[in-house]
Amino acid sequence: MKTVEEIRAAIEAALPGAGVEIVSNPSVSGQHSLRLRPSHAVAVAKFLRDDAELALDFLSNATGVDWPDKEVTEKVKVTRTVRKTVDGVEQDAEETVEEARKRVEPGCLEAVYHLFSVARGHGPVVIRMKTVNRTDQVELPSLTPVWRSAEFQEREIFDLYGIVFSGHPDLRRLLMWEGFKDHPMRRDYVEPDDFEYEPTAHDEVLKRAVAHQAKQEAAGTVAGAAGVGSGVAAGREGKGAGA
Amino acid sequence: MAVDEGLKIELGKQGVLVTTIEELYNWGRKNSVWPMQFGLACCAIEMIATTMARYDLARFGAEVFRPSPRQADLMIISGTVTKKMAPQVVRLYNQMAEPRYVIAMGACAISGGPFKEGYNVLKGIDRYIPVDVHIPGCPPRPEALIQAFMLLQKKIDGQHLTGPDRPRFLDAEAQGEFPVPVQGEHDLEPASNPGVWTVPVVIR
Repeated sequence: MKTVEEIRAAIEAALPGAGVEIVSNPSVSGQHSLRLRPSHAVAVAKFLRDDAELALDFLSNATGVDWPDKEVTEKVKVTRTVRKTVDGVEQDAEETVEEARKRVEPGCLEAVYHLFSVARGHGPVVIRMKTVNRTDQVELPSLTPVWRSAEFQEREIFDLYGIVFSGHPDLRRLLMWEGFKDHPMRRDYVEPDDFEYEPTAHDEVLKRAVAHQAKQEAAGTVAGAAGVGSGVAAGREGKGAGA
Repeated sequence: MAVDEGLKIELGKQGVLVTTIEELYNWGRKNSVWPMQFGLACCAIEMIATTMARYDLARFGAEVFRPSPRQADLMIISGTVTKKMAPQVVRLYNQMAEPRYVIAMGACAISGGPFKEGYNVLKGIDRYIPVDVHIPGCPPRPEALIQAFMLLQKKIDGQHLTGPDRPRFLDAEAQGEFPVPVQGEHDLEPASNPGVWTVPVVIR
């Protein structure tokens, strides 16, 4: 099979200005991928499918990635004027100071497609597309017209990540219901607070269960004061009576 | 009035059958429990195996799986109840005629199982409808379902037709309609039916 560089060159030769980037994978697998520009994605996808040498006729998997907003701290050299007293004379002096500045790198959503060729027996070729941001510009072109198997998987990405695929024949939620507002696979998803009963809770779940019970006890809504503390007390009493 | 066991056997030897209406009624009911024909996940495969020749649920009078809730006596919650499916399960339960029973089969149906901490799975169907028998297992073997079934038969056999502990279907004042949860913007509303399920005491 062609390498990603060769595939990129083939795409550029067939569709000049497609602007395909290579996203390299530094791990041992070395499975590099191609990032397509959303404006050219459908044309490139059609080329990948129809090209005689590549013949990527099978879309095995489509999934999403959530890249949240990232706060980056970087050191910047700043020159400023400081009043200094040198030899008893006050004067302005230039001083260079290193300053730590925080910058928010905007996040985005990404759709990843894994392609194989059944006709030629090779693969996978990984292609990706990025949205502009995670809030209002989350549209990507749908690849369902190119690979029919993308239909349900793009619906799932729409459901769980909130990427809107334009050109999709039937874009509805797949796992969650109509009227559900969240996107559960996004990293900032807040789960419903219903960890009141976790018989074998540990670690993170135990923390959440205890927090939930504390909240309920404070609100006075817990049935029969079945909180953590009273539960422990009841257990001790029970043991005492048994002995 | 229960008849003395020894006297009953003695009379039986003489060719006299002594019984009570309650006993006869419950005997008839417990040996013709018709389950509803619906499966939710992989536990349904074990449920199907239970009804087939090798395990043969027909020995207990429960081979007639009815495709309509109107004709069914028993609801076997066989598998994961997703939050998308939960309102339909409660609605089906509401549509069943009394007397009706529920077996929650498998880890998912009783507690959410491996998906308990997920966003889309109900943490146990007993939050919305009363469950008679819980079976743990992932999935439970057909023997476990048969045992649950025998436990249910025992429960039916012990139900009194009169008195304060009579079952719901003989109590004219008992509420038979269970509120169907609504699919809200973030979760099912309400998260549980307090008339059916309260937070169990956890000893930590």
